[in-house]
Amino acid sequence: MSHHIVEVKNLRHVYSDGTVALKDISFVITHGESVGIIGANGAGKSTLLQHLNGCLEPTGGTIHIGHTPLSKGTLPDIRRTIGMVFQDPDDQLFMPTVFDDVAFGPLNLGYSPADIEERVTEVLDLVGAGHLRDKPPYHLSGGEKKRVAIATVLSMSPDILVMDEPTNGLDPFARRQLMKLLRDFEHTRIFTSHDLDMVLELCNRVIVLHEGEVWADGPALEIFSNDKLLAECRLEKPLSMQGCPACGSDPKGSLQY
Amino acid sequence: MASINRAVLDLKSLDLLANRSSAIHRLDARAKVIVTLIFILCVVSYSRYELTALFPFFVFPIIMISLSGLPPLFILKKIILLCPFVIAVGIFNPVFDRETFVHLGFIEISGGWISFISILTRSILTVGAAFILLGVTGFTAVCQALESLGMPPVFAVQLLFLYRYIFVLTEESARTSRARELRSFGKKGQGISSFGSMVGHLLLRTWQRAERIHMAMLARGFTGEFHACRQSHFGTPELRFVFAWSALFIFLRLQNVPQLLGSLITRLIL
Repeated sequence: MSHHIVEVKNLRHVYSDGTVALKDISFVITHGESVGIIGANGAGKSTLLQHLNGCLEPTGGTIHIGHTPLSKGTLPDIRRTIGMVFQDPDDQLFMPTVFDDVAFGPLNLGYSPADIEERVTEVLDLVGAGHLRDKPPYHLSGGEKKRVAIATVLSMSPDILVMDEPTNGLDPFARRQLMKLLRDFEHTRIFTSHDLDMVLELCNRVIVLHEGEVWADGPALEIFSNDKLLAECRLEKPLSMQGCPACGSDPKGSLQY
Repeated sequence: MASINRAVLDLKSLDLLANRSSAIHRLDARAKVIVTLIFILCVVSYSRYELTALFPFFVFPIIMISLSGLPPLFILKKIILLCPFVIAVGIFNPVFDRETFVHLGFIEISGGWISFISILTRSILTVGAAFILLGVTGFTAVCQALESLGMPPVFAVQLLFLYRYIFVLTEESARTSRARELRSFGKKGQGISSFGSMVGHLLLRTWQRAERIHMAMLARGFTGEFHACRQSHFGTPELRFVFAWSALFIFLRLQNVPQLLGSLITRLIL
């Protein structure tokens, strides 16, 4: 049995004010896949992510993580399996120092102090933040915060990594650094993002959400080549697939304008 | 709003001071907390008209600052910032309490003035000691020391969160207020009513953030218990530090040293 499978079946969510955020969502993500969930604002991306680790309860439908149904009883296990990186690192980094923050998850899981020391050092080095370990989170730059936020999740050795807008607000260099880091992971990865170039580079599969429904689900290149679909869902081709605005040359052989 | 921003920056720099390394910085936080508490207790326990006996207590901040290498001017500025509040508390003493207390030649000083200056001196001493404690220990370590000395963990966690998010909150309010300023073109804007909704928004946003933080905590296996992983060691240097200072404070509290010195000198002269 693999822990790495995410199976969502007929998921429906209605907020208490009556807004239908998710109408009927179904998909299966298997071991080691890297999946981008894209869609316009309000398409239901964040709502969907919040279901994956039980922050929201479905109005209808089921979610299985590694063949375990998501329910109150299985939540602690599932939360260990799914590492969730939030959009705003300030929400995720709440401890006094970077070290404490990265150690927070392992401490809750009951690791021994020696293990924690080793684990924290390991993941901080992995994300290139070893030199920040004794700093308080509010002294970090945006890119540093993001990398530390990822470390806080990696320290619990999750099987599945879920990230909400990972490249949001990063400068080009920090964005590159982060993408390189994410590409090297062997976890099952699920991203939501408006940074379609990042999605194109990191994800081999893309799920397009539109008004609470799955409008398309397939290989990234195929989806990004479907102009009609993208226009319907208020999306655009990634910049790297568009023509050059200066010389008009086109990466794919035909002009897109 | 600029002043709030600056105050927060100052708070951060006070925190950075705690990262320095000196003999005092290296001491266990509990030792420093205990000594500071005893110091404050001794200083505030004097009667309202006591003034001379307070002065020897300045030896504590002076020695702590010089041993730890904290910038004295920075600490002094922090203390001066609080003086208006202290003056507001004590300013009516000279008005209500006009009974002559001391004769200096032909100058008569009323009890009100003495108690006013006494309040001022005591505030400088206690506030200064608290700032020095923060500067040589850091807020987090102070909280953890208080917790290990018996403060309920709930309070410690509350304080830590307060300290962590005060930066985020002030930045958020500074941004909101700047946005208002930029659109009110140097006038009053819509006056107090716009501030009302601003504070309301800030509260709601804080609420939402609290929810997200709670989610982030749950996502990492939070079950209600707050673990912290910090080794601390209360050894001989800490014991010596605590005993030496508390002995001095208690001695100073029981004996009026300036008076003793004075009578010694007069006896020598006569």
